[in-house]
Amino acid sequence: MASGVKPRVKVPKKAAAGEAITIKTLISHKMESGQRKDKEGNLIPRSIINRFTCEFNGESVIDVEIHPAVSTNPYFQFDATVPEAGEFKFTWYDDDGSVYDETKKVAVG
Amino acid sequence: MKFKAMSTIAALAITVPMWAMADPDDDVLVLNGETEMVTKTAAPAHLSDAMDEVMSGWHFRSDETQTMQADDFDNPGMVFVENAMAAWETPEGSEGKSCASCHGAPEDMAGVKPTYPKWNDGAETVYTLQMAMNDCRTKRMGAEAWGYDKGPAIEMVALMSSVSRGMPMNVAIDGPAQATWELGKELYYTRTGQLDLSCANCHEDNYGNMIRADHLSQGQVNGFPAYRLKNAKLNGVHSRFKGCVRDTRAETYKPGSAEFIALELYVSSRANGLSVEGPSVRN
Repeated sequence: MASGVKPRVKVPKKAAAGEAITIKTLISHKMESGQRKDKEGNLIPRSIINRFTCEFNGESVIDVEIHPAVSTNPYFQFDATVPEAGEFKFTWYDDDGSVYDETKKVAVG
Repeated sequence: MKFKAMSTIAALAITVPMWAMADPDDDVLVLNGETEMVTKTAAPAHLSDAMDEVMSGWHFRSDETQTMQADDFDNPGMVFVENAMAAWETPEGSEGKSCASCHGAPEDMAGVKPTYPKWNDGAETVYTLQMAMNDCRTKRMGAEAWGYDKGPAIEMVALMSSVSRGMPMNVAIDGPAQATWELGKELYYTRTGQLDLSCANCHEDNYGNMIRADHLSQGQVNGFPAYRLKNAKLNGVHSRFKGCVRDTRAETYKPGSAEFIALELYVSSRANGLSVEGPSVRN
């Protein structure tokens, strides 16, 4: 179980209809690659976030497959068009089965 | 022969723009779109015969790195500050106290970081912020002292620094701290190691030039603790000193040693007037 995992998301509270807004996400996670060895020479087991998704009102915005080369505290920034008021849902999937999520409402006007 | 002449021309063509790139820029650092930071200002009086203007290391970094520091969400150092916020509230040690029990909110400590290192009357010596914290931990909380520049300590320094961002560095160099400051100044100008370099050889005589593939800054400490992209963690002032002294190929002093405390006081006094930036983002 990875410790100290905490998702963070930055989404503007308001947008014009049809406007492309910039979304920033960060999850603190050590992203252990599975390639490193400890002092005794044993492999440290892989423990990473392997998938990240963002949905808007149930519709997929972005779906990312993450591999071990991605470093500590993965950060994603992307633009999304907001057609109407609604809610962004962000989900991170951990190797150990844990799922972390975060939601942000966007108003239109 | 012809080949040699051509390669000289090629080398010139490559190096000329590199020199230009190494100069500090004139960008303005505005934190979170609100706080305008002082990153260039007139040198403090004691430096007047050495330089006219002091500049934050922020000016020597690429635009991308500069932008990361301008927004708390983009600044990877703030992840560590959040860890310290949790530690601030967590009672530790035999007395069952946390930092918050006596000091209130971290924001109440704004203005503390810019004055350190400073003279401590009780201990009759110059204290760095980490020493003051460990004093609290061992004497008031009954907890174990943190290792110098180690994870929890450096995160707490980053929290203290983050609430003071935008305030000018203001360490006292007169009064009882003067002897320590003089020692720090002596260390700053003393050449060490096989390369026979003092701090001043790089950071006073050659800032703005390249040292191999990197820019030499003025070596100001107003941005510490610094999140370095090369090691993806917060770095303390003393650890940075150690790295620099090591790079002169000398045996280094230890983080937390009397020499580094004196050097921190002296180097901090060179930044008097610059805004506190920590946690900053550097290469």
